[in-house]
Formats: sequence, C-alpha cells, structure tokens
Amino acid sequence: MEPAIFEQRSSQIQRKGKEPFSIACNTSSLAGAVSQRACVFCGSRVVLYPIADALHLVHGPIGCAVYTWDIRGALSSGPELHRLSFSTDLREKDVIFGGEKKLYQALVELIDRHQPNAAFVYSTCIVGLIGDDLKAVCRKVAGEKGIPVIPVQSEGFKGNKREGYLAACQAMFELVGTGETADIPSPSVNILGDFNLAGEIWIIQDYLRRMGVEVVANITGDGRVADVRRAHGADLNLVQCSGATMDLARMMEDTYGTPWKRVSYFGIEDMSEALYDVARFFEAKDPRIMDRTRELVREELAALYPKLQGFRRDLQGRKAAVYVGGAFKAFSLIKCFRHLGMDVVMVGSQTGTQEDYQELAEITDEGTIIVDDTNPLELSAFIKEKDVDIFVGGVKERPIAFKLGVGFCDHNHERKEALEGFVGMYNFAREVHATVTSPVWRFTPRRAGSPLGAIASGAGAPCGPEPALEVAP
Amino acid sequence: MKNVEPFVSTTNACKLCTPLGAAVAFKGLEGCVPFLHGSQGCATYMRRYVISHFREPMDIASSSLGEKDAVYGGQANLMQGILNVITRYQARAVGIATTCLTETIGDDVPTILHEFRRDYLPGCSGPAPALIHVSTPSYGGSHMEGFHAAVRAMTEQLADPLAPRHEGINVFCGFVSPEDIRHLYDVFADFGLCAAILPDYSETLDAPALEDYQNIPGGGTSLDQVRNMPGARASIEFGRTIQGGRTAGTVLREMSGVRLISPGLPIGLRESDALFTALEELAQAGTPRRYVLERGQLLDAMVDGHKYVAGKKAVVYGEEDLVVGLVSFLSEIGIKPVLAASGGQSGRLSAAVAAVCTDLGEPPLVRDGVDFYDIVAEADALQPDLIVGNSKGYRELARARNIPLVRVGFPVHDRFGAQRILHLGYRGALRLYDEIVNALIAKKQDDSDVGYGYI
Repeated sequence: MEPAIFEQRSSQIQRKGKEPFSIACNTSSLAGAVSQRACVFCGSRVVLYPIADALHLVHGPIGCAVYTWDIRGALSSGPELHRLSFSTDLREKDVIFGGEKKLYQALVELIDRHQPNAAFVYSTCIVGLIGDDLKAVCRKVAGEKGIPVIPVQSEGFKGNKREGYLAACQAMFELVGTGETADIPSPSVNILGDFNLAGEIWIIQDYLRRMGVEVVANITGDGRVADVRRAHGADLNLVQCSGATMDLARMMEDTYGTPWKRVSYFGIEDMSEALYDVARFFEAKDPRIMDRTRELVREELAALYPKLQGFRRDLQGRKAAVYVGGAFKAFSLIKCFRHLGMDVVMVGSQTGTQEDYQELAEITDEGTIIVDDTNPLELSAFIKEKDVDIFVGGVKERPIAFKLGVGFCDHNHERKEALEGFVGMYNFAREVHATVTSPVWRFTPRRAGSPLGAIASGAGAPCGPEPALEVAP
Repeated sequence: MKNVEPFVSTTNACKLCTPLGAAVAFKGLEGCVPFLHGSQGCATYMRRYVISHFREPMDIASSSLGEKDAVYGGQANLMQGILNVITRYQARAVGIATTCLTETIGDDVPTILHEFRRDYLPGCSGPAPALIHVSTPSYGGSHMEGFHAAVRAMTEQLADPLAPRHEGINVFCGFVSPEDIRHLYDVFADFGLCAAILPDYSETLDAPALEDYQNIPGGGTSLDQVRNMPGARASIEFGRTIQGGRTAGTVLREMSGVRLISPGLPIGLRESDALFTALEELAQAGTPRRYVLERGQLLDAMVDGHKYVAGKKAVVYGEEDLVVGLVSFLSEIGIKPVLAASGGQSGRLSAAVAAVCTDLGEPPLVRDGVDFYDIVAEADALQPDLIVGNSKGYRELARARNIPLVRVGFPVHDRFGAQRILHLGYRGALRLYDEIVNALIAKKQDDSDVGYGYI
C-alpha cells in the first residue's frame, strides 16, 4: 500500500480489509491539498437554485453569482427565473460603507421587474464580515412587496457544503406551512433532494402518477414557491440525496409530523425499492397500490433488461472509480456497476458522514479504496493504482480521468443525460459503454506509449546570456 | 441611441471576478501552482469554470479558511497550504492571490510570506520555490484587473533589476488563447527574435496526452525568462485599455529602462500591421514571406467576402481589449459595429474604440461596466445581424433573438476546442473572417425556404 500523499489526510483514506472499518470525515479541508469541495454558499445555492419562480439574489461581489449562473441542468416546465444570475456586485465602497442600501435597492428593482413569488437572498463571505443586516433588509422588502423575502445564511467560510444545505433547508422551512392544503388528495408525497437534472424528476413523477400517488411539492427540481408553501399537506416526504434536504425532512417531521423515507432513484434495485417503499407506506390506505407498483416495475424491467445485456457483455470485468458530492449516490452506483458486470474499486465523496462510509465499506469488495474529501493528486494516484476503466464524477474530475486515458461519466449537476429511473439506468449503461469501449484508449500514451518518443520540456529557453542567471526570488 | 437607466442590481454579469484572472495568469509560469488565500469555494468554483473552457486540469490550491480563521486570521492555513503545495506538487513557484475574505479581514500576506521564507523554506529540499503575491479582492475590479495585476506581480517580484542586457523581447500578451500564444512564438521566431511571453499557458492549459499524469503540466514562461526580463531590448505589451496604468511593461521600464512598445491586441488588419511594423523595426528586417503571404490572403478574403458582410450590424462584448480589437477588425471588413460592451470598467474603452474606428465610419455605442441585461436591452434597440463574444451571450442574446453568435475569447463553454481558437495576427483575422462570413451565410441559408446549395 502506498503511503498517503498528504500525511495529514491519511485517516481519511481507507482500504476495505478484514479489520473493522474506521475513517475520518466531516472535517475542514486541508489547506493546499486542492480539495474538490466548494463552500457553504455552494451548498445553499445548489439546493435552492431549481426553484424556478423565485428570485435568487446573491449579495456579494460578482464572483459568487457569476460562477453559479445557469450551471445546473435543472429544468423547469414553466418559469425560468432561476436561470438568470442576480448579484448586488459589491464594490470597494460598499465593503467600506456597508451594502444594505444597495441590497435594498437591488431587491426592489428586481422584484418589480420580475414579479417573483419569493426571493432568496444569499449571504457570501464578505457579507458575513461587513455585518450587513440581511434579515432586516429582507423583512423590510417583504413588507413592502408582499412576497416572502428570505435570507440564506450562506457565508462561504462558515463550514462546508453541509452547512450550506442546512441554511437552504432553513430558508425553505420559512415557506413551508404558509400555503393552503385543504385540496391536497391522499396518497400524496413531496419529492425532496431531486433537482430535475435533464428532466429526471418528471420520470419519477410519472412513476408515482402511475401508482396513484400525487406529488405536492418538488424540492427543488422544477420547484415552485407555492408548492413548497403547502408541502406540509403531503402524507410523506421522499428524501433523496443524503445531505441536501434531510434537514428539511427532519424539520417537517418535528413541526408537522410528516414522516420521511430515504430513497434513491438510481439503478434498478434502488429505483424499484423506492417505489415499493412508497407502495408499502400507502398500502393500508390504498390496498391496490402494491399491485400497480409491481406491474409498473415489471413493465419497466421487461423493457430494460434485454437492452442491458449487450452492454454487459462488453463491460464484464471492467473496473470503475467513483467520486461524488454526497455518498448516497455512491451506494446506488456500486449496484449499477454490478448490473453491468463491473466492480467499483475506488469510491469517495466530498461530504460523506461516518454512517455513509460504514455503509460503503459494507457493500464494497475487499481492497476497495474508500476516501473522504480527496483531491487531484490522490485521485490520479488511485486511478493508476487500481487501473480503472472508467471514472464517475463531475466536471473537475473529468480531466483527471482523460489525462490518464480513462473513460468518464458525468454524474454531477451539469449532466445533460437523465440518469434516474429505469430509463436512467439504460442511459447510464449506454454512457458507460460508449466511453469504456471507445477506440481512443488504444492510442493514448499511458496504454500505448508513443512511437515518437517523449515530449521534451515545453518551457521556453531564456532569452539572455548563457548560462541562465541563478538569482534567488 | 437608447439610454438605459443605470440599474443597481447586476443580472448575468459580463465579467468574472478578480482572482480568476490572476489564477489563469499564474498558470502561465513554469512549475507554478495558483493558490487562493480565502475560503475553499472560490478555488473550486474557478477551477470548474476554467476547466469547462480549456478541458484541462486546473489545480488551484486554497488556504481553505474556516470561521475561526476569519476571526483570528488566515496565517496558519496559508503557511500550511503553501508548504503542502511545495512539497506535494513539487511546485517551483506558488502564485498567491487574495480574495474578498482575506482582503477584508486584513491578512498581511507579504509579511506572512516573509515569515514563511524564514521559517519553512530552509527545510525544503531543492532550489527555493518562488512565492509571488498579488492582491485581488473580488470587489476591486474584473478578472482582467486580476490577470494584469498577476502579470505585473510576477515581473515585480521575480525580475532581477541587475540582469545583463540581452537581445530578447518581453511580450505581455494579455488574456489570449493558447493557440494565440503559440502563434506569437512562431511570429517572433520567424523574425529571428527571442520572445519571453508572459504568461505562457499554451501548454499548461492545452497539454498533450502523456504516459503519466502531470501534477503540474509542463510548459510555461520559465522563471529564468522572467528574471532576465529587465535585460531585454524591449517589451511589447498588448492592450489599448491598459495603457496609462501601472503594468508589467511600465514596471520594467522603471526598473531598468526597458523600452516599452504598447500596441493594441493584434486583431484584424491594422492592429496586426502595427505589431508587424514594430517587429520589423526590432528585427531590422522585413516581415518573413509567410506572414506577407498571410496578410495578402487575408486581404484577398476580405475582397471575396465583402458583399456577404457589407452593412451588417454587429454587437461585440467581452474583455475591453478584446472588444477594441474586434471592433477594429469588424470596421475594416465593412461590418458596422453598433455596440461595444464590456463588464470591465477601465475608463479607457470609449477612447480606444474611437481610436480604432477613425476614418471607418461612426464608432459604435460604447458601454462599459455593463451586464447582459444592459447588453440585451441595447441590442434590442440596435437590431444587430451578428454577435461576436463569448458563450455567455448565447441564451439571452443570440438564441432568444435568433442572431448568429461567433464565439471568441473566454469563456467558451458551449463549443469544443476553445483553447485552439486563434484570434491574433493575420492568420487569426483570416480564421475569424471565415467564421463571420460563414455564420452570416448559414443564417441566410437556414432562414430561406429555397434550400440554396450555392450561396
């Protein structure tokens, strides 16, 4: 076993063995290690972003708003206000004299222009430092404009993405309970932790509809303010995505008694199990629901299985590495790869918890690398050590795979392929197959070498006297 | 001319934040790892943004400050972070840019680096890595201020004032593409001139497939090249809108009297002529045949295509110096630039645009410090036939109004091969010309019921 690249991180990297599993996680990222994590603001922004009829105003200098402009593939069936990027674009004088006045004016201007059903105001690092009273400004504008104007306490440095999830859930919880629920039929659910990437939530809604279950609120994919306001009228919260919306489910359970179930819509087992869980929950109320669910799953699988067989033939025995934001997705991916005859030999996440990693250790094979909050140096070393055929991650992981001559599947929020549901399993298999079986790997230098020899250093020779001067910086 | 009310809010910004520009510039120094002193998110967001354009690894280290660091200062994290980068990446240089967070809490980075050099560097093996520091609060400007400040910081902090005189030429190329940098090297080499181009990310952000993963990709302006800059015969620094400010070129002029030549970004015929004329003088030789030929081919194309483009109206947006170059070129070919817009706010855009439009008709409406909300509003009044700019004008401007978009500059997030877009020189102009003409032809063809096979 190789020694850890960063000694300080050695307890965050484990290889599954016979001894009891233990890993360090949920710590601050190591300075200088180039963590793949983002910040508190990012956590809040990704969760709330898909609420399509709300105004999302980032209070801070321009960067935080511009890097999150229309980056998620979170689709809306109606308004698309979420796809615009709004900022107070704070300047030096605002930092010195405070940004409250600018925030107030920006809010009024944007609300008048776009007539949103609510406004979320995101706090950034700088706001946390200069001490703008976000709450007071939001309260004032809410009073004047007659819509909820909700501060999101997402100062970037106040923790990691998880704290951002919590701040987002707290913001949404201000809306929950303020809408009319009398006309909500039963059985009904809220979908939490699905962001409608590439239209995925519509796939899940279709399954639920076929089972006879009403969806009250999408939280937050294709989300609407009015739906979130009446979410407490649903019978059940279905919670996907380990970190992002669990806090909201717990708050709703405490206050409104709404029960919740953790689900995943990725892969055959988890997708089926999610639907059966819903059916079991409502069985007493609707005795036929289980039959309808079985029928649905049977229909979908009958269409899916034959299509997977061809892929499986080509992919059998290949190896995969997985690095994702939340660990929940990794559980499903391990099972997905097994259906394709493939092994996951490295798995990690940015924000997994102790329980998440224990569960990963239970379902992975011996020798699998399990890692928390890793970085490009470690990832490239793991990929080489395990000699994988495909790496599943996000945009920041893609060039690591490609530079190593390894296939890649984008399973992050920028993806344009729906990967949820039974159809998503097909899309996933097709994507994995397309990348793993590409002819290009036969020519990439790590596997094929180079007939022309090595590439000499590309740095320009110094213009000047020889030999070059040795001058201390 | 429509006058849009100044808005307080910004919608769909036409600029990026200051440290992003610094990180890209640092990527052009050999063996250098860009490092942001701030919270973890800044580095990660910028990495994602840059990777999506170049399709290359873009490691930006961070001091990953947390809440208590914001209260007590980020010194410990900054030191540990730099040490990790030096030892694990084997970095030969670390380019440290501050962020809003650390500028506001008032971390004294030069002093921290001084202590780091004293306490840690003696323990590191090998030659002492260069630590370069630049102050880049996001609220202090756009990514271009960050880019130029990082280039200036590299010269200020690395150049040796006592470097002996040599025949080389320093080139400060601005934020151009890797292909542009490669082309510049060729041009200078063909003139027999030795160029030190800073920054040179032509390989670090457009790297070849190799047998092994490169923690720091090869290539970049070497540290020796930068050290020797004060001994050069001249510096050439592109960009009309950075003239008058304190730049890498003025730093070297002050440091050791290096002659500074400041042409515009060489986009289009006349701005390229200015560069080649300067090179002829420096080389004491005529322009090599290859480029005379390219110039002739450009002119030939401009004649062949002039009727496709005649009288068409264009909206141009992006970084200020890019906009100036594009406006210059569009005016030359008979397209009427109707709006020149930028999120940057140097205060020099208007004059620079007017200067390149002399004798070629009315200069366009110039709007600096604007966002895409403003640009779209202006465009609606101006009814352009063509848009030239980065990807960010696609949805609200080009697609919504069914106007072709020719993609240039940064970021290009919705097309392939952005690192290989050539903007500069006669060849860059020719390539751009082909794209513009073809975009207009395609539009005419697509909009027609006829299905023209000849156009």
